[in-house]
Amino acid sequence: MALDLIIGGIFALFTGALVAIPACRHSLGRPVVYGLTAAACGVILTAAVLGPGAGLGPGAAMERTLPLGIPWVGAHLRLDALAAFFLVVINLCGAAASLYAIGYGRHETLPGRVLPFFPVFLAAMNLVVLADDAFVFLFAWELMSLSSWALVMVHHREEETGQAGYVYLVMAGFGTLCLLLAFGLLAGSDGGYVFDAIRAETLAGWERSLVLVLVLLGAGSKAGIVPLHVWLPLAHPAAPSHVSALMSGVMTKVAVYGLIRIVFDLAGPPASWWSVVILVIGGVTAVLGVLYALMQHDLKRLLAYHTVENIGIIYIGLGLALAFQANDMPAGAALALTAALFHVLNHSLFKSLLFFGTGAVLTATGERDMEHLGGLIHRMPVTASTFLVGCAAISALPPLNGFASEWLTFQAILISPNLPHWGLKFLVPAVGAALALAAALAAACFVKAFGITFLGRPRSPAAAMADEVDGFSLGTMIALALLCVLAGVLPGLVVDGLSGVAVELTGSRLPAQASLPWLSLIPISPARSSYNGLILLVFITFTSTIIATVVKRFASSALRRSAAWDCGFPDQSPATQYTAQSFAQPIRRVFGRAVFGAAETVEMPEPGSLAPARLHMRLRDRIWEYLFLPVAAAVEAAAGRANAIQFLTVRSYLTLVFAVVVLLLSGLALWR
Amino acid sequence: MHGLAFDVSHLLAGGLVLISLMLLYQDRMYSLLNVFALHAVVLALAVAWQAHIQTAPHLYLTAAIALLFKGAAIPIALRRMVQRLGIDRTVETVVGVGPTMLVGIGLVALAIMVMLPITGQADVLTQEDLAFALSVVLLGLLMMVTRRNAVSQVVGFMSLENGLILAAAGAKGMPLVVEISVAFSVLIAFIVIGIFLFRIRERFDTVDVQVLDGYRGEQP
Amino acid sequence: MIGDVLVQGVEMLLVLLVAPLMTGLVRSVKARLLRRQGPSPLQPYRDLWRLLRKEVVLAESASWLFRVAPYVVFTAIWVGASLIPTFATGLLFNWSADMIAIVALLGTARFFLALAGLDVGTSFGGIGSSREMMIASVAEPAMLMAVFTLSLLAGSTALSSVAHFMLTAHVGLRISLGLVAVALLIVSIAENARIPVDNPATHLELTMVHEAMVLEYSGRHLAMIEAAAFLKLVLYASLLACIFLPWGLAAAGDGPFAYLIGIGTYLLKLVLAAILLAVFETSIAKMRVFRVPQFLGAALMLGLLGTLLLFVSRSL
Repeated sequence: MALDLIIGGIFALFTGALVAIPACRHSLGRPVVYGLTAAACGVILTAAVLGPGAGLGPGAAMERTLPLGIPWVGAHLRLDALAAFFLVVINLCGAAASLYAIGYGRHETLPGRVLPFFPVFLAAMNLVVLADDAFVFLFAWELMSLSSWALVMVHHREEETGQAGYVYLVMAGFGTLCLLLAFGLLAGSDGGYVFDAIRAETLAGWERSLVLVLVLLGAGSKAGIVPLHVWLPLAHPAAPSHVSALMSGVMTKVAVYGLIRIVFDLAGPPASWWSVVILVIGGVTAVLGVLYALMQHDLKRLLAYHTVENIGIIYIGLGLALAFQANDMPAGAALALTAALFHVLNHSLFKSLLFFGTGAVLTATGERDMEHLGGLIHRMPVTASTFLVGCAAISALPPLNGFASEWLTFQAILISPNLPHWGLKFLVPAVGAALALAAALAAACFVKAFGITFLGRPRSPAAAMADEVDGFSLGTMIALALLCVLAGVLPGLVVDGLSGVAVELTGSRLPAQASLPWLSLIPISPARSSYNGLILLVFITFTSTIIATVVKRFASSALRRSAAWDCGFPDQSPATQYTAQSFAQPIRRVFGRAVFGAAETVEMPEPGSLAPARLHMRLRDRIWEYLFLPVAAAVEAAAGRANAIQFLTVRSYLTLVFAVVVLLLSGLALWR
Repeated sequence: MHGLAFDVSHLLAGGLVLISLMLLYQDRMYSLLNVFALHAVVLALAVAWQAHIQTAPHLYLTAAIALLFKGAAIPIALRRMVQRLGIDRTVETVVGVGPTMLVGIGLVALAIMVMLPITGQADVLTQEDLAFALSVVLLGLLMMVTRRNAVSQVVGFMSLENGLILAAAGAKGMPLVVEISVAFSVLIAFIVIGIFLFRIRERFDTVDVQVLDGYRGEQP
Repeated sequence: MIGDVLVQGVEMLLVLLVAPLMTGLVRSVKARLLRRQGPSPLQPYRDLWRLLRKEVVLAESASWLFRVAPYVVFTAIWVGASLIPTFATGLLFNWSADMIAIVALLGTARFFLALAGLDVGTSFGGIGSSREMMIASVAEPAMLMAVFTLSLLAGSTALSSVAHFMLTAHVGLRISLGLVAVALLIVSIAENARIPVDNPATHLELTMVHEAMVLEYSGRHLAMIEAAAFLKLVLYASLLACIFLPWGLAAAGDGPFAYLIGIGTYLLKLVLAAILLAVFETSIAKMRVFRVPQFLGAALMLGLLGTLLLFVSRSL
């Protein structure tokens, strides 16, 4: 029943895409299409939450075979706890993005380029999660890539967008190729591409290791792990904001799903060194992602880089889970996996919220460069408040949800000394340090993002004249902000909801949390660690009420508005405020030289000269320089060589074809 | 077992590793020498403690040698040398402090990781002693690699040698002859290096060993 | 239950009441060490009262966040302080947040204070906020690494359990604990804006951090900020005392006499911390802002090293 509803929802989404083609010329087309996608997402969401395969109980998985796709094989779909959880993530944000877009999409100059692709994008992501054979998986994966590429290329005449689209297409193609090869290996020599057959297949150790590498390249490049992240901060900001939210908040999670499905479910028992690779990638990704984010002054690009950081945190959780699983510690694996999945949910919530807020700012001012913003808290109070909640949540401040999942990850790190493997024993605390560093830098990053954009004085006339956005956008943002608070205050319920996934993948689960007194979160045992967001919130509310009452009762309530004091030298020009660049300067100075090769040169004219003084700042992206440019150069050189093939005689072409056929045949003969 | 015996030797050996790390980030000549002297004193204490708990009186002699030569004589001699060479300002390092420290901590982790599993059957005291000793040796090597100044390279070499003595003291049954010969060889090395330093200085007006690279081969 | 609530309430009131006194004590000891007369240790109370009675002068560009931030900062720190077992372990709310949560609560306070620094849109506020976040970006991981080491050692992240563990005999002399103690001390000095990281007495100086952030505050808002700073000092002193000097702590079910002993020893520990801090501050000079990351980096390294060396001593 639940699965049928979900399949129906996906078909509704595809229908929505068909409807959108004629509808986009009509003024009512936008609300109709987005309303339809919101409804379809709502249906899928409900089915996924209430269905028997959902996390609320370890019910049996549901399967369907549709007579579509490859003849005599069909399309296999399956709904289990893992799929159900990711369906929740996708459709929660999908519904939110649709509702938001009803208002936000009004400003789209080219609705015909957005409306048809948006439902396809949503449907493709749902389909990836439901897929139960490699064909459906890869088809949906590619559909997801292409539809999102089309959405990135909406404003294709802008030079930046064109470049972003090109890089994205290359990386997406590369990723799918890697996944294709991975499935080829997984299917073994019999070519059983249904997931059940893959599970039954036993592969040699090196084959499984190769699968891991390919999946990390394929799914990892989609998720944005360092060093494969380069396309992400280009492509995500180029799309319209509600699509950026989906790409950053949800599509990267679908990529995480791909990794989990293949590594935890399909590839068989993990080797111990897999976790080392994933942990190192996670730690490096988390720290570098947030450092890159700190250096940005384009709000959307900052958020996109920050997605890279959060993917790093999720990978740390997954790496820990693998480490525990490889060493026969199912309870630890369940804890780490739960933490990672909790963070998946949280990140999709607050990253969507933040992108929506950025979209609102973009609508109101036409600017996404923070250096031209400022003071928006006065003109856009609701957007500012919800954005603040998002910033606090993503900076892992209690009692919000980001803290709850990072706390769980830390708890998983703290049981790592029980691992028998010496390398892991030392690696995990180092990764913990990286996680702590990333969390602290994230707070700095979002003080900057919120402080420069919404606080201070307006830095441009557009910011000074901004107006609050429409009701749909505000309503969506308020709802997401509330969800962030709710997930932070009641983490036990989310953890219980994830128990089905934990049982399915690790064979163990965290103790039931919902029955604990005061709804506190106790992952292992009460003597070891406990956290209670609810009590903390109640405590904070209670204490602040007391303080407010006392201050009201005893303190003077006189208040006078006056010019800013600023040590006696107030300058009226908003240009004297701190900017995004100057805010990040101390951190750039501490970390920049090692990470970005940051170099500053000051050009100071002679006294009496009228020339302006200049400060030149140069950041180098070493990954781009040392990894991608050489590869690009090599590809170009190879293409130059291969170009000669275009100018051969007919006889030479025939010789080539003949040689290839003979080569393949002899290969086949030798292999069999 | 004997909790206090273990605790104290653990504390002293760990302290030695910590001081080795401190040596890495000293950027003044005099403070470098002071920290080095401290290194030697802690080594002497560690060896003396080993002598006490192993009831091996010859180790007291090793401790005394360490205290006298490395804790006092060599730092004082080096200080004089620095004074006469006129390089009592800063030490140039090849890489920055932050990365050096990170590498240093990585080396400590590596040493522990290598030593603890392979010395599994030895008793705990020897085990951790060897792990710390290897860390000290590796850190000394790191210091010699990262420094360009010849004097600080000498300090790095000496701290490396301290690590060897720590290992020798921890491994029971090392004959006294070996230790004395090690101590003497170090002394000779020190004298040779000292003379060498002045020769370099006379020739090139600097003790920055990187300058020497330009004069390799047949050039005068 | 009623008793638990009562003890927790007493604890919250105690830290609140003691906080200004501790800062006053540090100031007066420092004055004595410099052979000045100095104000009485009770002066901070008078300052707070004076500030509360004064009118608030608010910059024209200040938003609601600027007015709310002092209360948020104060609440977060007060809640953080009341989660620490100061004179008794196993208080009512001790279990609702562990050491990691306390670190994060302090992070919340810092987050809002830094935002408030940016709110008016002056250059001084910006300089303070950006430097505060730079310092925090190294100090917070350093503190978390220290917390890691402690909780790996004690097998728990709950402060009460750590305190109990430290009282047991099989702690022994561990190099890791020494490293953690130094790391936590460095972090406490940085987080409380004390010399050599920041100078709490300075004004109109480009090197200041904390004072630059709160420059625009006045009246009751400034009173809340000041009180929060006093509380933060007590919080860190209590944290260090609870971990490294856990003697005298009353346990959950003990009678009122044990609680009295607990309060007495707690106050003694605070006095000791105040005197030590004053002596330390007098004997050292403020360092350049860009030396601070190195100073704190040392704490981070010590924390990490402490975790690593733990494995050596663990094989006991």
